Amino acid sequence: MKNQDLNINKEYKYGFTTDIESIRAPKGLNEDTIKFISNIKKEPKWMLEWRLKAFNRLQSLKEPNWQKPKYPKINYQDLYYYSAPKSASEKPKSLDEIDPKILETYKKLGIPLVEQQRLNGIAVDAVFDSVSVATTFKDELTKKGIIFCSISEAIQKHPDLVKKYLGSVIPLSDHYFATLNSAVFTDGSFVYIPPNTRCPMELSTYFRINASETGQFERTLIIADKGSYVSYLEGCTAPMRDENQLHAANVELIALDDAEIKYSTVQNWYPGDKNGVGGIFNFVTKRGACRGKNSKISWTQVETGSAITWKYPSCILQGDNSVGEFYSIAITNNYQKADTGTKMIHLGKNTKSKIISKGISAGNADNTYRGLVDINKKATNSRNYTQCDSLLMGNKCGAHTVPYIKNKNSTSTIEHEATTTKINEEQLYYCNQRGLDQEEAVSLIVNGFCKEVLQQLPMEFAVEAQKLVAISLEGSVG
Amino acid sequence: MLKIKNLKATINEKLILKGLDLDIKPGEVHAIMGPNGSGKSTLANVLSGKNGYELEGEISFKGMDLNDLKIEERAQKGIFLAFQYPLEIPGVNTNNFLRTSLNSVRKARGEKELDTLSFLKLIKEKAKELNIDEKFLSRQLNVGFSGGEKKKNEILQMKLLEPKLSILDETDSGLDIDALRIVADGVNSYKNKENAFLIITHYQRLLDYIKPDFIHVLSAGKIIKTGNADLGEQLEKTGYANLS
Repeated sequence: MKNQDLNINKEYKYGFTTDIESIRAPKGLNEDTIKFISNIKKEPKWMLEWRLKAFNRLQSLKEPNWQKPKYPKINYQDLYYYSAPKSASEKPKSLDEIDPKILETYKKLGIPLVEQQRLNGIAVDAVFDSVSVATTFKDELTKKGIIFCSISEAIQKHPDLVKKYLGSVIPLSDHYFATLNSAVFTDGSFVYIPPNTRCPMELSTYFRINASETGQFERTLIIADKGSYVSYLEGCTAPMRDENQLHAANVELIALDDAEIKYSTVQNWYPGDKNGVGGIFNFVTKRGACRGKNSKISWTQVETGSAITWKYPSCILQGDNSVGEFYSIAITNNYQKADTGTKMIHLGKNTKSKIISKGISAGNADNTYRGLVDINKKATNSRNYTQCDSLLMGNKCGAHTVPYIKNKNSTSTIEHEATTTKINEEQLYYCNQRGLDQEEAVSLIVNGFCKEVLQQLPMEFAVEAQKLVAISLEGSVG
Repeated sequence: MLKIKNLKATINEKLILKGLDLDIKPGEVHAIMGPNGSGKSTLANVLSGKNGYELEGEISFKGMDLNDLKIEERAQKGIFLAFQYPLEIPGVNTNNFLRTSLNSVRKARGEKELDTLSFLKLIKEKAKELNIDEKFLSRQLNVGFSGGEKKKNEILQMKLLEPKLSILDETDSGLDIDALRIVADGVNSYKNKENAFLIITHYQRLLDYIKPDFIHVLSAGKIIKTGNADLGEQLEKTGYANLS
């Protein structure tokens, strides 16, 4: 009986669906779909043109296939590219106008949108399928001149900023999925921090895929103007479905002189069942430009969900003395696959980058760290430090490390350290002898293994992430 | 408290314990001595429930059949093993480990789990009794600890978890005289009418500080001689070879 109880807990906790009436674009990827999206969002003409340009460009691009995890061919004509709760077709003016079912959904996910229930002072933008349904704490932020809204709203209200920066880090023609996103992106968050402003609270977007056969193409754009600072968090979940769902997001970060952006992700999309049926294809392009001198961008990711995770949050270190950081935990269990890492492109002088990657594989899963450190000829006196640690649980999983290293000048240094270990039976025995059961023991050891990354997360997220790490690995040792 | 009858243990098709009998009552201190390879550590492992052994015979602890219990259940019911080689767990804070451990045991006993503050108060007291520097509690568990520090940490855990039966597996090995004294003081301060000890050792040294009620000589998987504290001194002079 006790065992059964445990099993129930092991199920994906966020796998429920919300029964809600939605508006969808007709299936298929074509100009009409793009016009439909642009029209329903009341976008200005330049935006539609931008999308169509991307769509045209897409025709000449092929899906990349150099990655380790292979996936079944995606029929792009058989997907919905836009799905929105009907009640949100006119964006609610206040939280009172949001469909109670959606509020309920977020409550179930542990994200209260009602401002009275302050979530430790974190401002949340909630994206449900293709639209942003709520942004909290807007007034408080506006007072400081901070813009935090959905990208759709920003296109209408802040076109100059959007025009200037959208696609400036991930160009229209970058690669297949990024270009696809540029053509059909539906919603996401927009952040602008004015000069010399420290954002007084964590900004957070919560993405939820609800509708079936729907791709989610979110687009996030964050600009930290001179001397500003912002910490941004992103969380994601999706219902359990037997089909694979595509999530192809683009995230662009721009840090100007002396600005700092800290971007944290806890990704918990539905990973598929024990036999590898269903789950999200998480094919995401995330890139930050340290455009100004002394700027800093730090990525922290905890990737526990998705059937396939394929992403490389990267930093382009253009400004002199700029700093890029990448802290990653990627956990794969059952038949999950991850091919993730980062690219650190050093262009400015005295630029520094640091990469800490922790890959954990269990079950039949496969985990690859793939990274590029490229120090340009002009990036003199630059440094990189990379540490890749892999932890294996069981005999059927795999861990791979594929570092690409290019150093084109003689004054820069690159350090790379890598380890692969198996979870140690003796350590488990020791913990058991101190009264911890198998799962507590695994959780403790794995959280210890991930510590350097977990401690990068903002406090509220770190606690959540620690639990998530434990849940993702439940039942993997026995 | 602990009754072992005709215990046989095999690992990797090799018979290590070949019919061992032992009876430990509350309040007693038993020492097991014997040459290398006689099965001393195997006995400690088997009692703690370590996987990989094929067992025959009976082991009961406070009336329960130990074979029915998992490692952590035995620990929760009051069996503590001080490891010969305590494990390092990188990234895990010692305090955090000790608190998780204590709370697992408390939960199993039906006691309230301790919050961080009450725990810290408790652990500081216990550490002080053992002359352990508080700083050591915020380090990663056993990582970079000296041999003596690791062993002291084991005794600290023993005193914290308050077991009924404490098994010390060569806790004295690799200790200098000061550390040995601290370990022995730790054990002596925890000795009372209810708790029992099983002390596994090569040498008489530790038994100079912890006076056993019984000394058993283990050789080739069997107890070949049992005596009182004097037997240890005799062994020190004559060695194991002359017994049998």
